[in-house]
Amino acid sequence: MKPAERENTAKPVGRAGVWIRRVLITIVMAYVGFLILAPIVALAIGAFSKGFGAILSALSQPDVIHAFGVTLLISLVVVVVQMIFGTIVAWVMVRDRFPGRKLINGLIDMPFALSPVVVGYMLLLLFGRNGLLAPVLTAFNIRVVFALPGMILATLFVTLPFMIRELIPMLEAFGVQQEQAAATLGANGWQTFWRVTLPALRWGFIYGVTLTFARALGEFGAVLVVGGGVQGRTETATLYIYRALEERQYVGAYSAALLLGLFSLALVMGTDLLRRRERT
Amino acid sequence: MSLASLDQERRKREGGESIPWGRWGMRGIALSYLFVLLIIPLVVIFQDGLSQGLGGLWHQVTLPIAWASLKLTLWTSAVMTLINSVMGTMTAYVLVRYNFPGKSVLNSIIDLPLAIPTLVTGVMLVILFGPQEALGAWAQRTLGLSIIFAPPGIILALLFITFPFVVRAVQPVLLSLDRAQEDAAATLGASAWPIFRRVTLPPLVLPLMTGALLSFARAIGEFGAIVIVAGNIPFKSQTAAVYVLGEVESENRLGASAVSIVMIAIAFGLIIVVDLLQARRNQGVA
Repeated sequence: MKPAERENTAKPVGRAGVWIRRVLITIVMAYVGFLILAPIVALAIGAFSKGFGAILSALSQPDVIHAFGVTLLISLVVVVVQMIFGTIVAWVMVRDRFPGRKLINGLIDMPFALSPVVVGYMLLLLFGRNGLLAPVLTAFNIRVVFALPGMILATLFVTLPFMIRELIPMLEAFGVQQEQAAATLGANGWQTFWRVTLPALRWGFIYGVTLTFARALGEFGAVLVVGGGVQGRTETATLYIYRALEERQYVGAYSAALLLGLFSLALVMGTDLLRRRERT
Repeated sequence: MSLASLDQERRKREGGESIPWGRWGMRGIALSYLFVLLIIPLVVIFQDGLSQGLGGLWHQVTLPIAWASLKLTLWTSAVMTLINSVMGTMTAYVLVRYNFPGKSVLNSIIDLPLAIPTLVTGVMLVILFGPQEALGAWAQRTLGLSIIFAPPGIILALLFITFPFVVRAVQPVLLSLDRAQEDAAATLGASAWPIFRRVTLPPLVLPLMTGALLSFARAIGEFGAIVIVAGNIPFKSQTAAVYVLGEVESENRLGASAVSIVMIAIAFGLIIVVDLLQARRNQGVA
């Protein structure tokens, strides 16, 4: 526990204080238990209702494996692209000054509040059959909509803020002195960037990648609109869960939901654990 | 501003020399990326929705089904924001001010919703509260309350998804507050609630508003959890995002674009307000 935290928690004053404390802790515990934990437990129970074998056989269907493969592929591509361009955007936002910077700063947060359905629809308007870019796409025979490129674009849009918002405060705290020191000592631009700037931003990257990855794994609305969820082709893990629910294949839906949820959880918790280990 | 910080500010501006391709190259790449990914799609949807003028857009938005979906989205999000503000502040208070067994577990549970895909959240809630399930059947029988395929399910899903926002906005500020004032008020005989309202709450208002607006903004666009939990019943459980999906699928372009534009406007307006609030908070600290 940090020292600041210790000073902040004090012995409750008087008898009323003891009661308030008990009541508040009970309410919060009950709320979190009801709102967050109960649904998670319910999913686990639902998935295991027909036994472990049923989960395994549901998850080993070829179209389920394919769906998880598509999800992983999209997420990996998105993470790599976001690492490269997110770094550049964050750097420009912190170190560069140009007109319209404030407006762009607001735009970066936009995907956070924008409905994924709207995101998918915007891409349809651009790349779809009657879309603005349709003539160009048909001329070069490129398929974006109902194919992987569109789904990757949609996921890129939705995950845009995470990497940038993790890196900006790190870059701000890091300052330019170390970079300048390296430059004074004769390092060129690339050397400074690779040896000095990047290592200092390590945790920003790790958190940015984790959040981007988790969000990409769970993306649903945008890839539904843009990808169409064609079974065995553009069906991701989330789209499979949706279809399985509609077809009343509950064990399949619940098992896939559990697997996807556990995967994201492991990702986020793993990062937290790593961080805690480094701190101690 | 001191000389040193002025100097730092100047260096920041000129810091580009140590970076590959120089400042202009970086700026060009960053702006092109944002332009292609964000701005072009936004321009296209506005152009599409306004193709028949503001009147055409207004007509599509005020169609009874569209209007009902927007209203449902706004009021369920508002109810969620209210509950989330109270419970989020209470949770942050308990986490900062009290020590109790299970505190660190509680603290890590707060972030779970960020790691769980919202579609999976929807599945969880259907399993727990679905009309055929134990808890859902009980609520239906004894309270006469249907949760799934109805507004309470929407509010529950939104509460789950946005739970971390208020807690994580309020918690650090509460942690940084000096307890001396509260102790002084207590010594002078003030009781718990007036102390909280007059001494503890005022500095928390700004972060609380930031967290509350963020959860509201996030809720307006939510789709994955809601489409599972609420289904798609017009006038009853169809939210704006689900309505847009229906219009896209039935190829009513103007209708889809019009409601999308309203959602984009709300989202962007809220983001700007949150940015302003955060800027004010940072000024207050400095």
